[in-house]
Amino acid sequence: MSIKSLIKPSEYHDSVTLMLVARELTKLPGVKDAAVVMGTESNKAILEQSGLLTAEAKASSPNDLVISVNAEGDVDAVLEEANKLLAKKNTSEGGAAEFRPKTVRSAVKEMPEANMAIISIAGRYAADEAWECLRRGLHVLLFSDNVSIEDEVALKKYASEHGLLLMGPGAGTAIINGVALAFANVIPSGPVGIVSAAGTGLQETSTLLAKNGIGITQGIGTGGRDLKKEVGGIMFLDGLKALQEDPATKVVLLVSKPPAPEMARKVMEQVAKSSKPTVVCLLGGDTRSVEAPKNVHVVNTLEEAGLLAARLAGANLPEPKELIAKETAEIKTLASTLKSKLKPEQKYLRGLFSGGTLCYEAQVIWRDEFEIEVTSNAPLDKKYQMKDSLKSEKNCCVDLGEEEFTVGRPHPMIDNDLRVRRLLAEGKDPSVAVILLDVVIGYGAHPDPAAELGDAVRKAQAAAQAEGREIIFVASVTGTEGDPQNLTRTTQTLKSAGVHVCNSNAAASRLAALLVA
Amino acid sequence: MTKKLNDFFGKPVAVVNIGLASMAQPMRDQAVPVVDLDWQPPKEGVVRLTVTRTGIDIDEANEEAIRKIKAARPVLVGMGKAIDVIPGYHKNLYLHAGPPITWERMCGPTRAAVMGALIYEGRAKDEKEAEKLAASGEIEFAPCHHYHAVGPMAGVVSPSMPVFIVENKTFGNKAYCTQNEGLGKVLRYGGMGEDVYARLKWMENVLYPALDAALRTLPDGIDLKSMIAQALHMGDECHNRNRAATSLFLRAVAPALARTSKDNETLAQVIEFIDKNDHFFLNLSMPAGKAAVEPAEGTPGSTIVTIMARNGTDFGIQLAGLPGKWFTAPAGMVQGLYFPGFSEEDANPDIGDSTMTETAGYGGFAMAAAPAIVKFVGGTPSDAIANTLEMYEITFSEHEAFTIPFLNFRGSPLGMDVRKIMETGILPKINTGISHKKPGIGGIGAGILRAPEACFRDAFEEFRKTFC
Repeated sequence: MSIKSLIKPSEYHDSVTLMLVARELTKLPGVKDAAVVMGTESNKAILEQSGLLTAEAKASSPNDLVISVNAEGDVDAVLEEANKLLAKKNTSEGGAAEFRPKTVRSAVKEMPEANMAIISIAGRYAADEAWECLRRGLHVLLFSDNVSIEDEVALKKYASEHGLLLMGPGAGTAIINGVALAFANVIPSGPVGIVSAAGTGLQETSTLLAKNGIGITQGIGTGGRDLKKEVGGIMFLDGLKALQEDPATKVVLLVSKPPAPEMARKVMEQVAKSSKPTVVCLLGGDTRSVEAPKNVHVVNTLEEAGLLAARLAGANLPEPKELIAKETAEIKTLASTLKSKLKPEQKYLRGLFSGGTLCYEAQVIWRDEFEIEVTSNAPLDKKYQMKDSLKSEKNCCVDLGEEEFTVGRPHPMIDNDLRVRRLLAEGKDPSVAVILLDVVIGYGAHPDPAAELGDAVRKAQAAAQAEGREIIFVASVTGTEGDPQNLTRTTQTLKSAGVHVCNSNAAASRLAALLVA
Repeated sequence: MTKKLNDFFGKPVAVVNIGLASMAQPMRDQAVPVVDLDWQPPKEGVVRLTVTRTGIDIDEANEEAIRKIKAARPVLVGMGKAIDVIPGYHKNLYLHAGPPITWERMCGPTRAAVMGALIYEGRAKDEKEAEKLAASGEIEFAPCHHYHAVGPMAGVVSPSMPVFIVENKTFGNKAYCTQNEGLGKVLRYGGMGEDVYARLKWMENVLYPALDAALRTLPDGIDLKSMIAQALHMGDECHNRNRAATSLFLRAVAPALARTSKDNETLAQVIEFIDKNDHFFLNLSMPAGKAAVEPAEGTPGSTIVTIMARNGTDFGIQLAGLPGKWFTAPAGMVQGLYFPGFSEEDANPDIGDSTMTETAGYGGFAMAAAPAIVKFVGGTPSDAIANTLEMYEITFSEHEAFTIPFLNFRGSPLGMDVRKIMETGILPKINTGISHKKPGIGGIGAGILRAPEACFRDAFEEFRKTFC
């Protein structure tokens, strides 16, 4: 085995292209591992962990492309192949005929009616482009992470003064005027207007609405930091006010992790200004402490928020609390049957999430309803912080969409590779009883995540069975029948791989908990 | 505030996607109009320049420079010998294309053109003598651009060469250029030999007097701006394709030629010479550009490129805001198509003042107007269109007078802004002829290349240090 790197100065490709090339390289004979990344500090850390950080790679700059290969035999030939693959990607993407503008300036010239920008470039460049877009009067969905809070505040102040949306940074989901932006589902139009400071929170609640036949007016994603004191909820409040004034919006749904008390107060003050029925989901917050007017309902799970908003908007549903209690009773019966399959040493649950908010909701349920201790790389409380995101211990859940996994590589909703590898690794741990997955479909997501995850489940199960164990796989699907991947088909694919699919992330979390409680 | 955000609700969404292509596809799937940027990170360390230290808004300064260029009205008003009509000319002054260069550093074709010109002038009887004289220090070399002139390829101008006089009627400034000799073994490509000198003599003694006499009967001269505009609608871009413009010129001048001609055979020879040389108009399209752009030189605070020229060794540019100051970098190699028997091993680096045309908002920048020569840019008309569209990224404006039919009569990209070149990393694309690197052989092909980055970076840095 030998490890070599090729550094290509000032060569830029997007992370998806790089990932595809790396994957094709690892398929070559003799190649043990390969990485094709930009030379950022975080990527160097990833290279170091996989033993691919050569001296040249270490010396590279963030503008350099680094190709590192660990292979038997002719490593140079592999590096040469990487070069060829990159060149091929360039030509097939560019296309000889189609001219693609390189700047926002000429894009707007080409399409003067442009009114929305989606920005998903590396964080250190994202703020400049966002400014360019706002100044040209475009609303912005800033998908990029790693944008400073100072930039965020300045951008949002400007946007707010000009009646523009600046959603993000780190905004993965929005549905504006019926158009699904970034990671979003096909939701019918209807009476519920959503503002969410939690990306997958918006997906989970909007799909719960759609599953109950209710549509939305707008789904405004503000980015996770919007309700921080420093940002002051600029976009959250703008969005809320707009929905309160919007005649098409009959029910308002707000989703956030519990903000600082003064921010919560600010939001509630604004909520109180409208008589529209309003559901406030303070995910994991203490709902008893919030005093709310009669038209305002404060809940603390996405599941309850989605169901309640659906009911308020006219869905023929019982009181959500009753509905959830009934469903939980059914889950309990299922859990006791499944539990008999487990060996005594199979004691732990492992959550492998692609959606940060879903990972968070699961932890809320485990803490509030089951009082089991679960560590995470994105914990509710710092004391449950995982020591190492790459190593699972006891009960734990990992948000694979967190920065340590996504810098320089595609998000786990786009590319299942990382989650598949982790799933196989968890399956080898004899103390694992249950593996919990969130499967998020819709626009932006992988075209068929259920197929790849289903294969991994089969593989992991077969390996465990060879050692005389059976692992229980539990999942929920965040999606709708209208999504390109289709809710029913995705569910069926997972079920046929032996996965227990629940109606919501909350329900799946409960089932997982009951199996280890 | 809220009113405005609410105004957006219910409107059709049209998206600009900046980043992952996977974000653009869902837009197409939802039938939402989307422009998917071919985004590239900005060049490391490039700061955004908006206002000078003295408070000049750079955009406004550029607007002013562009206003002058657009207002220009270059007209061919007459002819004369270089020594008689170019201000400051003297018998030992030999002009060349591109930025300043010494005899020692001159490339093969430029040396050849200088030696050939010395023989043509009768200053030397053979190449050996010419070489000695050129190296002696007696001859003064200077860029054409220092004398309001432009020269294609080697661009050598000697005292008795006849030149076109192009006057910018709006501002009164004049520009000069020799008559075009044709392709192949000609002086401007570094061709030497009796046939070359004989042609030059014929151009001095027959062609020039005939054209001069004809032009004297046209009191309003010949409007070159309108001629270039028409030619762009006829498949020319007026740098590497001048077939339509040459025909238009011949059409405009022919009656006057006929009226002033003393004998039919001379008239026929003159018409034949112009007609057989598709590039005859290049030596009018270039001084037209020079006359149009020169008034923008010295616009305070402007980052517009006013000169872009090569001498076969160096590539040089000047900015409107830093008049008279050259920024140079080694001239690049042309990716070309070659005449039979020649290859890129024979090629001299990029050479000539003909990039005046791109500087003035046509030439290679209007490639989309010239589908007939798209082989230079990669082979298909869509490549030519992409070429022009890309140049809009680095130009400050669009020339309303020079429109491109295929782009729905959009104005051609005008006024390279050194800031945009640095911010986008997109370098001007040039199409050009290719000289043999050895003295004496001449033209061997044509092709395309990008301008070198270093001179733009240096100009940008100097501008920033001086003004910002």
